[in-house]
Formats: sequence, C-alpha cells, structure tokens
Amino acid sequence: MSFEYAPAPESRAVVDLKSSYGLFVDGEFVDGNGHAFKSVSPATEEVLAEISEATEDDVDKAVAAARRAYTRTWSTMPGAERAKYLYRIARIIQERSRELAVLESLDNGKPIRESRDVDIPLVAAYFFYYAGWADKLEYAMPGSAPRGSVPLPLGVAGQVIPWNFPLLMLSWKIAPALAAGNTVVLKPAETTSLTALLFAEICQQADLPPGVVNIVTGAGETGRALVGHPDVDKVAFTGSTEVGKAIGRTVAGTRKSVTLELGGKAANIVFDDAPIDQAVEGIVNGIFFNQGHVCCAGSRLLVQESVYDDVLARLKRRMASLRVGDPLDKNTDVGAINSSEQLSRIRDLSQVGEAEGAERWSPPCELPDRGFWFAPTIFTGVTQAHRIAREEIFGPVLSILTFRTPAEAVEKANNTPYGLSAGVWTDKGSRILWMASQLRAGVVWANTFNRFDPTSPFGGYKESGYGREGGRHGLEAYLAK
Amino acid sequence: MVWRPTLQSESRLDVRKTYKLYVGGAFPRSESGRSYVVHDSRGRFLANAAAASRKDARDAVQAARKAFGGWSGATAYNRGQVLYRVAEVMEGRHDQFVEEVAASEGITRPRAQRSVSAAIDRLVWYAGWADKLAQVVGATNPVAGPYFDFSVPEPTGVVAVLAPQKSSLLGLVSVVAPVVVSGNTAVVASSRDRPLPAITLCEVLATSDVPGGVVNMLTGSLADTAPTLASHMDVNAIDLTGAAGDDEHATALEVAAVDNLKRVLRAPASEPDWTQSPGLDRMRRFLEMKTVWHPIGV
Repeated sequence: MSFEYAPAPESRAVVDLKSSYGLFVDGEFVDGNGHAFKSVSPATEEVLAEISEATEDDVDKAVAAARRAYTRTWSTMPGAERAKYLYRIARIIQERSRELAVLESLDNGKPIRESRDVDIPLVAAYFFYYAGWADKLEYAMPGSAPRGSVPLPLGVAGQVIPWNFPLLMLSWKIAPALAAGNTVVLKPAETTSLTALLFAEICQQADLPPGVVNIVTGAGETGRALVGHPDVDKVAFTGSTEVGKAIGRTVAGTRKSVTLELGGKAANIVFDDAPIDQAVEGIVNGIFFNQGHVCCAGSRLLVQESVYDDVLARLKRRMASLRVGDPLDKNTDVGAINSSEQLSRIRDLSQVGEAEGAERWSPPCELPDRGFWFAPTIFTGVTQAHRIAREEIFGPVLSILTFRTPAEAVEKANNTPYGLSAGVWTDKGSRILWMASQLRAGVVWANTFNRFDPTSPFGGYKESGYGREGGRHGLEAYLAK
Repeated sequence: MVWRPTLQSESRLDVRKTYKLYVGGAFPRSESGRSYVVHDSRGRFLANAAAASRKDARDAVQAARKAFGGWSGATAYNRGQVLYRVAEVMEGRHDQFVEEVAASEGITRPRAQRSVSAAIDRLVWYAGWADKLAQVVGATNPVAGPYFDFSVPEPTGVVAVLAPQKSSLLGLVSVVAPVVVSGNTAVVASSRDRPLPAITLCEVLATSDVPGGVVNMLTGSLADTAPTLASHMDVNAIDLTGAAGDDEHATALEVAAVDNLKRVLRAPASEPDWTQSPGLDRMRRFLEMKTVWHPIGV
C-alpha cells in the first residue's frame, strides 16, 4: 500500500530577492568589477539573481578594508565587546531563520526540512558558541600563552567555502575567526552566494563595525586572488582535495597559516549485532542527507557478510520510500543536485561504476523535468579497486562492500587516501571503542551518523585536510601560537 | 442626590511594589508573616521586605531539589541560551536596577550604572561557559590498559548561596551565575540590608525562561536562614561569601555543613572586589567530576 502526499510547499514570500547583488566590502554593498554571473535555482533552473564578480582589484579593496578594521577596531576591542556583536548576530539569525532557510533551499536545492531543522539552527548555534569564547580566549589554549595574558589573533583571514552547506560553512569560518579577534574576507561558492549576502545584511543590522566581515563573490579566479593576497595572514578553505592542494602550493613559502577541510570517502561499517533498522536509517542519512553533497558522507557501506542480505533488502525497502523533488516541499527527503556540472560528474562516475562491473540499483522514482536531479542510487558487487569505491562522488550514490572480521573492516575502511569520518554500527561498546582507535579518520560516529555540534571538533586525517573546526580546538586555527 | 464630577488628581499617587520572596518560581510572602523595613543608605524608608524564616528556607530547598533534575538535564547549549536571555531582560530593566542599586548602596547614579552594566556583562560571560566548561575542566585519561577513560564535570546538586552583604547586584550575580550555569540549582540568601535588587533580579528570572526553582531567593537576616541551610541534609554545597567578616558565624556554619559533607566555599575575610574578572574557581567549586571506564576490544 502506498500513500499519496498532498504538496506542502513552504512559501517563498518570506524571501525578498533582488535582481542583482554586489560585493560586501567595508560595511557597504558595492558592485564588483568583473563579469556578473547568474545564480540559478537548481530545482527549476530559474535565474534567481545576478551576482557581481570580484576581480583582483576588488579583492584587494576587501583585504584592505579587513586590515583597517583589524588594526583600528576589532583586534583592540575587549573580547567581551566582540562577544556581544557575535551574540547579536546569533540572535538575528534565530529571528530571521525562516527567511534564511527558504533562501538556502532555493539557491542550493536542499530540502527545506534540512535547511530549516539542521543548517540554520546550527548556524545560530555556532555563532552563539563562539560568541562565548571571545572573552575567554585565555582558557582556549592552556599553556600556550604566558600566564595572565591572552593569545593573539592572526590578522586578516581569507576564507573560501563550498556550496553544499553555504551558510553553515560560513558560520564555521566566520564565528571562530571573529571570536578570536581576526577580521575576514570570505568568498562563497559561485553557485550559492545568496545567503552569504543576506548574512552581510545581518552584519549591518547588528551594527558590526565596517570591514570586520567582507564578502567577495565569484568563482575560482576570485578565490585564487584572495588566497594569494600578500596581506592575508590566514587561509581557511573547505572544498575539494584538488583545490586544497593547489592552495597548499600557493601559500608554500609564505608565513600564512592554513587550515583545509577537504574531501572524504567515509566507511559506514555495519556489524552483525547492530540494530539493523537503526543502522539502515543511519546508512540512508549517511549518504542521502543533502543529496550526498557532504564531505563526510558515508559513501562506502561495509556490511558484515552474515547480515548482508538482510541489510540490503531493508535498505532497498527504505530507499523506495524516499521522496525526491521540490526542495521547498516540507515532505521532500532528497532535493536537487546543486549544479549541472556536479550532475554530470555524478552521472559520469556512476557510468564508470557500471562499466567496471558493479551492479546499479535505484528505487522507482519520478524526477522533475526541469532542474538537476539524480535518483538515490546504490552499487553492489563493488570491489576496493573500483573508482566508485575510491573517488569522492559527492552525490546520492552508495558503494556497498562486505567484510568478515573486524580487522578486515578496519583494513578496508582505512584503504583510502581520505580520512574525514567513519561510522560504526554495533551493539558492543568495547568494539565501538576498538574500532574508533583503529580508524584513521577525524570523526567517528558510533550508532549514529552526520551529527554536528558547535562544541565538537570536526576535520580530517590524511588527504581530507588539516586543522579542526568546532569546539575549543576550532579556535586554535585562528590564534597565534 | 447630588453628584459631582470625579476628582482628577494633579499629582498621581504612585503604586508601590511589595517585595516578596522568590521560591519555586512564585513570589510568596514569608510563611511567618514577618517583614522588615529596608532603608536606603541615609536611613530613609525604602520598602518592606519579607523576613524569611527557617520554614521558608526549607521550602526553598525543596523547590531547588525539585528543579534540579530538569535544569541539570537540560543541554548545556540550552542553559547558555537561557542565561543569555536573562542578561537581555536585565538590560531592559537597566534603569530600574540603577535606581535600586544607587539607593541601596548609597552610590552615585553613574557608579550604579557602571555596576549594573558590569553585572549584566558578568552574566553574559558566565552564560558562555555553559557549553565550554566541560571542554576546559574535563579530560580523557590515557590509562595503562585497554580502556577508554574520561572525566566529565557534573553539577553537585542544590547549592545554598549566602550572597554578599554589600554589592547588591554585581556581587549577587557574581555568586549566583557560577552556581547555576553548570546545572546546579540555588537557594540564595540575599543581602539583609540591600535586598531590593535581588528581588527585582528574581522578577527578571521569572520572565526569562529560567525554570521555577532553579534560583530561589530568601530576604531577611542570615541568622534566621543560614543555619538551616548549612545543616540541611538535602543541600549539597554552601557558599559562605555573605558571612564575610563574621568569623564566628562562618565557622559555626562550616561546622554545621559537615553533617552531610557539604562542599563549602569559605567566607573571605572581607567582601571581594567584584569588578575583578572572575576565574573558573567559583564554577569548579560546585562541580563533581565523574570518571567513566569502558573496555576497548573486538
């Protein structure tokens, strides 16, 4: 028996879209000097707005504004006052949460249920958490500064963020940077600039001193200009491993400090004593949350052989009930793929999966005619040599492998250049902790997956990058040692 | 019958506030029916305040115990938000606090303004600690064996707080906030002679999402309430700050506290300078450290 759902669309009326947007430099919105580009709704291909592109000259102005604000106001202001600005921002985000959620879903394609219940509440929580650190920095890195003194900020931070969690990644970058006393120039991804620009408006509402936060929009060129700018003291990047390495090469030989949060190919490991229904929910959440556009997604499922048939049957049954469609519909589980470029990458790698001999399956699933869509997909019969088991697909595509012993599970889980996250499903506490000690990954989720909290450090081992965001450790990236 | 128009008074007679206790989220009078006169620093009448009795103290402990489960079980993030909300609402009553602090402490308005602002800022500072304390005072312990071993701070329970006698708001906030931020609930004996800002603070607490019973306020003489609180078997810790300068009384309270091994924060020789930035000590005093062992193995 199947149930039909009536459409339950969230109203767009709460969002006031302008036809074009500029950069946010020194507290003002200004036009960029590059070629304007379009921001498109990935669910309908409707043009939402035109966005200014920041040229090298624009980036230079933004960095200069950040430097002025750093020297004259922000770094000399008592921590307690910086805290109050951040608390204000957190409160305005809470007050305008509906507007931010709708705009995020429109621009990114993620289901409103996720932007409303996950992204935006977390954004406010990150600002709230780091607001509280601004006047407690002497406790953040015990032993690193002489007794009775406060550790110093680094200066101007150049921050480049991805399109998968636009505003959440902004909060991970801006909140700790500002709390520590740095000023920032942030570049959002070119397909998802809109919530960052609304955030700029929130900074104005909070009377944040001009130049403390600057937003420069654009694509790779703008990012390169920012990262390579000689007056940037700190570079923070979240995105692909390939770009992360390019950034590493750019800053080599300079005095800039760097944190990188890059790709992943996380193993989600299910033992035979796991509560299977819970594990299936965790598998679905691990790979289909946010259309699989998650660097820590559980994209490799490792199932113990003895429960493989059971897990696979229940997973297929569960996937058949996923609702793919309009991101603004409150019943939608899986939204649109963020861009046509990303959609082609997912399609290409999926075809490679079939060509290399893995078996592909998707539930029967009607996709909208317009926009960028990809049905939730699993591959069985995957070996460790297959490209779909090695490369980050960054889409709703799960590769399933099996194992017999805990040691084999560890061996396979660690057989990747990445090391961002991992999941373990078992009823046995001692095994969870043994697995946690063996897995070469920065975050290990036990009997849960894709949990985030401002108090909890997040970041990768190996080629998933270096540095941590969140928690007390997240401040270290923005303080002089 | 002769009628005349209603008289309109030129100068309106003000409506005065009755200052009562704050117990379990309500504002009762003392069960004893007693009150006492509160004067300003020059000896002029300010208000009548409720004189809390031993029974009021016991009722307050009961209310604090009842609130402990919910408050200590709330997420740290939630407690932080609630305390920050208290600061927001205090800011809205800034002028009222200034008036009461100036009258109570006999200081100029500008000084009172600074003191009230410092009290609000102090609360914001403590609010931020709610979800950070465990990261600074907790630990994982590298034991020599296949065990995962970690220590987390937990609130000690119901804490009796003898608030400072002189600093009627900044001092009060500086002793109450570190107790409740970690999840303890508090029974506070306010300054005897300067209780008005304390009761107004309770009106703020009552309208700021702080669950009833988390903070309970007793006004009156320490002689009536402190011995009951110090010897009460359902109080887990006591802060004797308000007994500063009276060594004999403080020692008697410390002796009474031994009955159930209360954690005691001793009274200082004289009231501290509350404008100094506090460290972690006041929060640490009212924490228990819980260590958990769990085997590691396949």
